[in-house]
Parts: sequence; structure tokens; C-alpha cells
Amino acid sequence: MPVSTTAQGTPVWRLRTTRAQWLGYLGWLIGITLFLLCWKVISDNTMWVFVEDAGRQGSNLISRMLPPQWDYAHRLWKPMWDTLNIATLGTLLGIAMAFPVAFLAARNTTPHPLVRSAALFVIVSSRSINSLIWAMLLVTILGPGVLAGIIAIALRSIGFIGKLLYEAIEEIHPTPVEAISATGAGRMQVMSYGVLPQILPAFAGISVYRWDINIRESTVLGLVGAGGIGLQLNAAINTLAWSQVSVIFVMIFATVLVSEWISARVRHTII
Amino acid sequence: MLTLAQVNKRYPTGDLALTDIDLTLPAGQVMALIGPSGAGKSTLIRCVNRLVEPSSGSIRLEGSELTDLSPRQLRSARRTMGMIFQEYALVDRLTVMENVLSGRLGYVGFWRSFMRRYPADDVAEAFRLLERVGLSHAIDKRADALSGGQRQRVGIARALIQRPRLLLIDEPTASLDPKTSRQIMRLIRELCAERHLAAIINIHDVALAQQFADRIVGLRAGRIVFDGKPNALDATTLTTIYGEEEWNKQEGGIQAESAVEIPTYSNWTGPQSTLAAAGAVR
Amino acid sequence: MSRQSLAAREHWRRPSLIARPWLRWGLTLGALVYLLLALSSVDVNWQRVAEGASRGLNFLAAFAQPDFISRRGDIIDGIIESLTMTVTSTVIGVALAIPVGLGAARNIAPWPVYYMCRGIITMSRTFQEIIIAILFVVMFGFGPLAGMITLAFATVGFMAKLLAEDIEDLDWRQVEAVRATGAGWWQVMNHAIQPQVMPRLIGLSVYRLDINFRESAVIGIVGAGGIGATLNTSINRYEYDTSAAILLIIIAIVLLCEYSSSHIRRWTQ
Repeated sequence: MPVSTTAQGTPVWRLRTTRAQWLGYLGWLIGITLFLLCWKVISDNTMWVFVEDAGRQGSNLISRMLPPQWDYAHRLWKPMWDTLNIATLGTLLGIAMAFPVAFLAARNTTPHPLVRSAALFVIVSSRSINSLIWAMLLVTILGPGVLAGIIAIALRSIGFIGKLLYEAIEEIHPTPVEAISATGAGRMQVMSYGVLPQILPAFAGISVYRWDINIRESTVLGLVGAGGIGLQLNAAINTLAWSQVSVIFVMIFATVLVSEWISARVRHTII
Repeated sequence: MLTLAQVNKRYPTGDLALTDIDLTLPAGQVMALIGPSGAGKSTLIRCVNRLVEPSSGSIRLEGSELTDLSPRQLRSARRTMGMIFQEYALVDRLTVMENVLSGRLGYVGFWRSFMRRYPADDVAEAFRLLERVGLSHAIDKRADALSGGQRQRVGIARALIQRPRLLLIDEPTASLDPKTSRQIMRLIRELCAERHLAAIINIHDVALAQQFADRIVGLRAGRIVFDGKPNALDATTLTTIYGEEEWNKQEGGIQAESAVEIPTYSNWTGPQSTLAAAGAVR
Repeated sequence: MSRQSLAAREHWRRPSLIARPWLRWGLTLGALVYLLLALSSVDVNWQRVAEGASRGLNFLAAFAQPDFISRRGDIIDGIIESLTMTVTSTVIGVALAIPVGLGAARNIAPWPVYYMCRGIITMSRTFQEIIIAILFVVMFGFGPLAGMITLAFATVGFMAKLLAEDIEDLDWRQVEAVRATGAGWWQVMNHAIQPQVMPRLIGLSVYRLDINFRESAVIGIVGAGGIGATLNTSINRYEYDTSAAILLIIIAIVLLCEYSSSHIRRWTQ
């Protein structure tokens, strides 16, 4: 009892019971021990000499990045265009695949519980694996190029869009769906009249949001050979041309900011 | 035209919602179903068009058994039963016209309905119905831009465009003000008379039920405990349906108190009091 | 003719999403032109794709019989490193994100602090983890420390942004009520803001833990420690059965995270 009585008969109030208090302490103890253990593993695997050097390395890096070699920028337009295409086409492909998966995964629209678990597994696998890993795999399979990037982005987007979309489907109002079924509508008609109009705003918002994330992700796919500006980044880093790297960073920074702004505007007008 | 025999409904949770319901509804009769919240009124009308599957018993509509239909047969059976919902159940993001036309979904194929290419007579009929319920100016408005009474009119038009022979109406006035409630009930009444429709109306407001129904059925804990003419309803029968309460006593001017005491049946002032007074209290 | 009188004569079309016809057609045309241009700039080496098809099948087949054994040592080391990086970076990142988040909330922070904190958030969110990892590897040398710092940096941006948004739309009446009792700044934080923000903060931290684990599987590609290096090697050597094993382990751990995070979120509500 949080309120107890002392020997003198005055009531004492505490936020938690003694037991809960001790459990709380124990929890903190376990947490801190875990953190220290993890820290020890990392510190064992670290060459501390290099770390002591970090400040000098950092300033050295910055001095080599500045000033940026601006005339390099004109060679980046084509890779930037590729990056945008990877993000946009990949998102479109991902949407096309995620849409049916979301309907199969939502509790209220799935045809069968088994189908639902299969769809959920697809979503989890796609979410667990970063688009760079997909890109690495696809580059070994399809060869380097934009195509591998597009498919990698699409495969990663399925999970993201699918998850948010199926949660949106599960949250719709059930009464309009009931009303449409009561008119004698078929299964697909109930979906297109009762469910679809309710989730369209969420769907559009999710897609634009994912497009914005995909722009960011597609800037690095080139590091593993899947096309886009990452290829230039990789080449510049390998040749230690840091003044070119800084130009690339500025371009990425600008593109991501613009895409984020577009996505925020679009989501704002939809909602 | 509609006969329920020995209908039972037990939910998977084990709650017995309906017990041994026997009910016959002749063509053209408007029947009000009253009872406390949780008495099984909604379950009963949902069993008729099988939005809720009855556990046992038989439900026959114009001689054909409804409880053992295949999905395809069920679709065509549902077309003959129009349903009007509590809180309207319109699809908010569709226009008024699309909402009304969705009543024809049982008749048209998927692609046709998906592309919104409805047959010309359906469109004309939808427009006539919207004119009839006084909403012809609003065809392109979105459903969520309408007021409560207007939305319920759209709901009525959607049910009627099915050309039903039976209307299932679930709490049509639940969130409407007293004047709009009366207008909506009067509209339903007139349309039933025009088209010779039978109707089952779930309703909380006993005064409205008495004013607009031909017959009143009282449900308590899943059983029928009253079945008779509206004027046969008095304090004793109300007690059998809703339980003990001072049905006729007027608390000196503190009418709000009765609303606190019987929330499901908020502002009842007694069956004998005038309807106008009942309206004024609310 | 008005749409009403048309409807009365049996003609009705769904009103278009975009009312102005020139804008509607302009947007459609623009989208089509973009799609055409984009698709035509994707050059595919079909011969190479055909060669790769058999490798793709190999990869799918490898999922049927993943090989956990032959590179057991590397896998275990990598996973442990990934997990430790995940835990430490999340703890450090969240701890740093709290002050930054408070500073980035417009309703409680003064203007200079606000702009500085927003600047940190933008920097951290714009660049992919892997780009940041490259820089930190150059600075701190190869190994999990660089990875940990990368993930902590990314965590700060992510958490601080969401935390700031949370604080910006919290229920201000509660804050006023506590302030009305004469509470000081720290007391207001502890009694009015913390209780409102805490459940979501815990939920987001668990979510970020999950993200950090997934990211820790890739930053190894640039030498920042974790399972990524092992995975990268196995893919480059076409040892798909080992890659499949690693991917399955990642999926399993993410599933576990998700399952426990839904429990934790229910518990904090």
C-alpha cells in the first residue's frame, strides 16, 4: 500500500510500494550493467590510439574538404537525375506491391488468418533488411546499375508502406463498411466503396513520406554499385578527393531538404 | 412477409444476445423495436440481413429462408432489404451522389461500380430520391460536409434506391435534435406508405415510437416482453421492458435529474404527456 | 448545363479530384513525360540480368537451407558487436536527444537555442547513416566505436525531432496548472512535461533501438563494425547460404524487438 501508518499513527504516503521501489532499482541496475558490458565489448575492439588522434584527423578532414571544388558540380547532374529516378520509380514499384500486401495483412480485410501471417512475414522481412543490403544482393544478381537500385528501394518500401497502410486499414470506421455490405455489395465492391475512400488520404501521405525517405536512401546505394550519386561519392572517397566529396555532400543536403519540404507540403494539403 | 421463428444468437464470448425470438411482420407494417441498451435490438435487425449470423432458428423473407443462403444468394437477398444506420454510416469521403448510388452495388458489377459508370436509370432514380428527401442541391458535396439530418436523408436515399421491400432501421434519430428526429421519422413513415414497405425501427425514444409506428415490440435481455399497439404501452409495460422507474411522476421543475437517473432513456416525461412537452424538455 | 440538371437527365460523372481541367491535364501530362524520361534513362544490360538469374535462384534456394555453421565464429562476433553497438548508441543517443529535443521545442526554448538545436537535428537527419559512418571511420579508425558514434548521432536527430514535436503539442493547460502552484522550471519539467511526454519517449526509444539494430547491419560495409562486414563478404563471395543465415538472424531479432516493443508500449500506456 502506498499509504501506510507509522507506529505513531500518522499516515505516510509514498509514490510506490516498497516492492515496486526495489524492482525499479533492480531494473536500473540491470540496465546499467548491460550498458557497461556493451561498452566494454566496444572498447575492447577499439584501437584507442586512433581515437586519441580523432580531433586532428577531423580538422585535417575539414581542411581538405574546404574549399569545395565547385566546378565538379556540373558532372553530378546526371547521377543526381539517376538518384531521383531510383527513388521515384522504386517508390512507385514498392507502392504497387505493398498495396495488396497491406489488404492481405489487415485483420479486417484479410481473406484468411494464414494469408495474414504470410503477409505479415513479407512485411517484417522487407522492413528488417536495409535497402543497402537489398542493393548488395541485387548488384550481384542483376549487375551494377540503376535497375538494382530501383528494385532494392522497392523491396524495402513494401514493408514500410505495407505496415503503415495495414494499420490504417485496421483503424477505419466499421459502420460504412457494414452499410455497404448491407446493400448486397460483393467483396471487392465493399473494399472499393467502404474501405478505399477511408484510407486514401493516409495512403497518399504514407507514399509521399516514403518517397522522401527513399531520396535519402538512394543517395548512398551507389556505394555498393547500385547507381546514383553514391557511385561518384564512392569514387571520390577512394581517390581521397575530399574537396569533391564536400560538393557531393552539399548537393545531397540540398536535394534532401527540397524533397522533405515537398513531402511536408503535400502531406499538409492532404490532411 | 418476414417471419422469425425460434431465432437465437449467442456471441463467441458466450453472451446470449437473443433467445427464442418469434416475430411476424406483415407487408407494409412499420414496427418499432424498443428496449434498454444491450437488449439485443441491433443484433436482431442485423440477424435479418445476416450482418450478424444467427446461431439457430429460421428467418424467412417472403417464403424464402435466409439463414442458409450461399454468399451469392445472400447478396441478392440483401438487395431486397434496405438498411438505415445509427450515425448514418455514410462513406465520408465520397460525394452525396456516390453514397446514394452505392445502394445499387448489389445490382452492378465490380468494374462498373469502380469506374462509377452506373446505368442511366439508376442515376435518374438517385436524383429523384435526392429531390424527394430535399437534397438535390448537394449532389456533389462530400458526405462529411453535411449536417446530421442531411446525412440521414442521404442514408435513407441509399436504402431506398435498392428498391427494397423491407427496411431495417437502426436508431435513425440517435444523434439528431428533436425537430430533425421528427422530420426524419415522418419522412421514413411517408416513404414506407408511398412504396408500401415494411420496416423494423430500433429506437430509444418511446414517444417517437408511439407517434410513428403501427406496432411496438419490447425487447429485454434478448426476449420479446411486449408486442402490441402503440397506445397499449403504459407505465406497467414500460417497467417490464426497462425495469423499475417513476414513469409518470413529474419532478417539480428539475427535469434534468431524470436524465441522470436513466441515461439510456434520457428525457422521458411519461407516455401521457404531450409530445410537444417531451420535445421541449430535450 | 449544371451538374444537377444533367443528373436529372440521367447523366452523372464523378466530379474530378482536380477541378480545373488545364491543371488536371497538365499534371497528368507532366507525370507521363517524367515517367517516360525516367524509364528511358534506366539502361539495363539484359544479358547480364539473364546471367544473374541463376544466381538469383541460388539465393532463393539458400533460404531453404541457410548455413549457420561454416562461418559460425564470424557470425557470432558480428551479431554481438551489432547488438552492443545498438544498445550503447541508443542509450547515449537518447540521453543526448533529450536536451536537444527540449531546445528544439519552440514553446519552451529561447530563439538562439532553438535554431542551434534545429540545426543539429537537420544535419543528423539529412545524411544517411552510412555517409556519417564514413566520416567517423576516417576520424576514429575502423571498428565498432565509429559505428556506435554514427548511430548515436543519427539517434539524436531522430529522437530530438519527434520529442520536440511532442513537446510542442502537449497539453499546455497542465503546464499552466503546475506553474500556477508556484513551481520552478525544473519542477514544471518534472511534474507537467515529463508525465505527458514519457510514454511516447519510451515507445520511440524502443522503436529507435530496433532501427539502430537494422542500421548496424549495414554500416559494417564501410568498416564501422557489426554484422555488415560479414554479410558484405559473404555476398561478394557468392556464399549465399551464409548470407541467408545472417539475414534470417537479422529478421528474427527484428521480430523479437517488435514483439517486445509492442509489450513495452502497452505497459507504458
